[in-house]
Amino acid sequence: MMEITEGSHAVAEAVRLCRPQVISAYPITPQTHVVEALADMVANCQLDAEYITVENELSALSACIGASAAGSRTYSATTSQGLALMFEVCFNAAGMRLPIVMSIANRALGAPLSIWNDQQDSISLRDSGWLQFYAEDNQEATDLHYIAYRVAEDHSVLLPAFVCFDGFILSHTYEPIDMLSQEDIDRFLPEFTPYERLDAADPISFGMYATPDYYLEFRYEMDRALKESKAIIQNTGKEFARMFGRDYSAMVEGYRLEDADTAIVALGSICGTTKDSIDEMRDEGKKVGLLKIRVFRPFPTEDVAKALAHVKRVAVLDKNISLGAKGAVALEVKDALYSSGIPVKDYIIGLGGRDVRKKDIKAIVALVEKGQGDMFYGLRTEVL
Amino acid sequence: MVDKTLELFDCGHRACGGCGAALAARLVTKAAGTDTIVVSSTGCMEVFSTPYPETAWKVPWIHSLFENAAAVASGIEASLKKQGRKEKVVIMAGDGATFDIGMICISGAFERGHDFTYICYDNEAYMNTGIQRSGATPYDASTTTSPAGKCSFGNKLPKKDMPQILAAHGAPYVATASIAYPADLMQKIEKAVNTKGPCYVQVHAPCCTGWGFEGDQTIAVAKLAIETGLWVNYEMVDGKVVKAKKVVRKPVEEYLKTQKRFRHLFKPKRQDAEIAAIQAMADRNAEKYGIDIKLRKE
Repeated sequence: MMEITEGSHAVAEAVRLCRPQVISAYPITPQTHVVEALADMVANCQLDAEYITVENELSALSACIGASAAGSRTYSATTSQGLALMFEVCFNAAGMRLPIVMSIANRALGAPLSIWNDQQDSISLRDSGWLQFYAEDNQEATDLHYIAYRVAEDHSVLLPAFVCFDGFILSHTYEPIDMLSQEDIDRFLPEFTPYERLDAADPISFGMYATPDYYLEFRYEMDRALKESKAIIQNTGKEFARMFGRDYSAMVEGYRLEDADTAIVALGSICGTTKDSIDEMRDEGKKVGLLKIRVFRPFPTEDVAKALAHVKRVAVLDKNISLGAKGAVALEVKDALYSSGIPVKDYIIGLGGRDVRKKDIKAIVALVEKGQGDMFYGLRTEVL
Repeated sequence: MVDKTLELFDCGHRACGGCGAALAARLVTKAAGTDTIVVSSTGCMEVFSTPYPETAWKVPWIHSLFENAAAVASGIEASLKKQGRKEKVVIMAGDGATFDIGMICISGAFERGHDFTYICYDNEAYMNTGIQRSGATPYDASTTTSPAGKCSFGNKLPKKDMPQILAAHGAPYVATASIAYPADLMQKIEKAVNTKGPCYVQVHAPCCTGWGFEGDQTIAVAKLAIETGLWVNYEMVDGKVVKAKKVVRKPVEEYLKTQKRFRHLFKPKRQDAEIAAIQAMADRNAEKYGIDIKLRKE
């Protein structure tokens, strides 16, 4: 059913349909509307879940670890500083192979303090073993939650997942969304069946310590599971498409890319602006296309290489920066295109909520055509 | 009733001979019984009991991080509640994990009133990392981060009063116990796990390696802590002390002399003022908890 809904409320509704049994939440801007909406659903008997109001984000995810290990489907949401406070818990949840799903309303990290959007928070957790999905709009933000639970809980994956949607730009924006029904999601998402759980009838130990004789293999198995999850993501996306008509089976998605000379690579809400500016550039006769990355972990290296094999140049838009190096997306794209010889230029944009408009995308295309890049775009001149 | 024949913390673990914490784990699991899920914090116990692929725990057990055992237990309890399961949730954490790094998680979990028992095995320093001081380290104990030296008598700070802090959170049952009194310890654990709400039991668990005494003296040392009044075994129900173990008190130096961590109080010369200060702490304990047995004059 089509509804005009705020992004956060749509995400909360999608989470409700997934029937999480334990929700653990701590407020942080711009995630708050999600957890408030879920609290409201619990208070009004629309959602039968234990809702734990923890004292900080470290505990939010820790409680999810306990609940997931005990056999419950769990959910939390956070952003920015909250995710940073969860840093070690994120690695731990993945290491224990607990399929927790967490929404990230992407936001910049301080200092200086910024409550506005970029993707530094989740990108900084790229090595933690979590799947990372990025939504372009709120329809995708809701749908990716259903897919994230299915993939994460698959017994050949068993890894936690971030569903990232840009703070404010998506979280606080009203858009028309096709909300699925409980019957729909019950058909798509089976009940959570833990691979192992804490159970007095069958005692096992979780989170043991590993000597150098064993640790390496644990990491290998996580990496293997992430890489093999690509097939699960594709199949789950196909099934979703068959059932509901929206296709998320591809980890990357081209837009007017087939005959493009210049490709822009991006993830998240900026893809919408980019598509509009591509339409205008196309009208002007410029052969520009977009490659949207929907899944950043596992990184779809082969898909990126294949999708960009024919282009003459690539401009990567990074709403993050690995300070002292480059944007994280550009590094991955360069790796994917390493043997192709296609030049890849990186543009650090939109950090801390700096607006990125169609004219900026066009200016970046002009820069990459001149071979200029690997730069912060749109800096105030007084720092130069 | 506690089934004393029950062994849920198995032999073969890697603890030092004479480890107080290992004995605490054995007694606690006996008392809590088979329908128990144990949550451990990072620390000696976690490391010596679960070197992958072996585990000493015959009850379901989970370790996540150093500071988050109370939060993990909160999630487990919520999950069990949702599933209608009746297992008891018992946390086993060291004093560093409890007094220091885990304080926020503990405060949050106790405030929320989860139904679990938090057991701190208190060996009065960070033993796993090599005997550094914690908020549980007693006054004047020499540790690797509070070493006694030419201008220091060791740890300058008194032990934090965790039981009182958790009683102030509204914990329905708070107790202290000692591995030297196993029947009392098991009775308290049994009481705690059968009391609804967040309960706290702090178990004195001497560490022969960290405190500097022979492994066959663990029980004797633990007993002397009680007999000198430096450790008091008591119970608090709804914030009020209802029972404390009474003793005919011995001078504190009988306890201090048994351990290398207090050696600087006796060698190269006896530090009367410091020993008197520690004696005053024991005297305050005795008064506060009313533990002195008054001997009738002949």
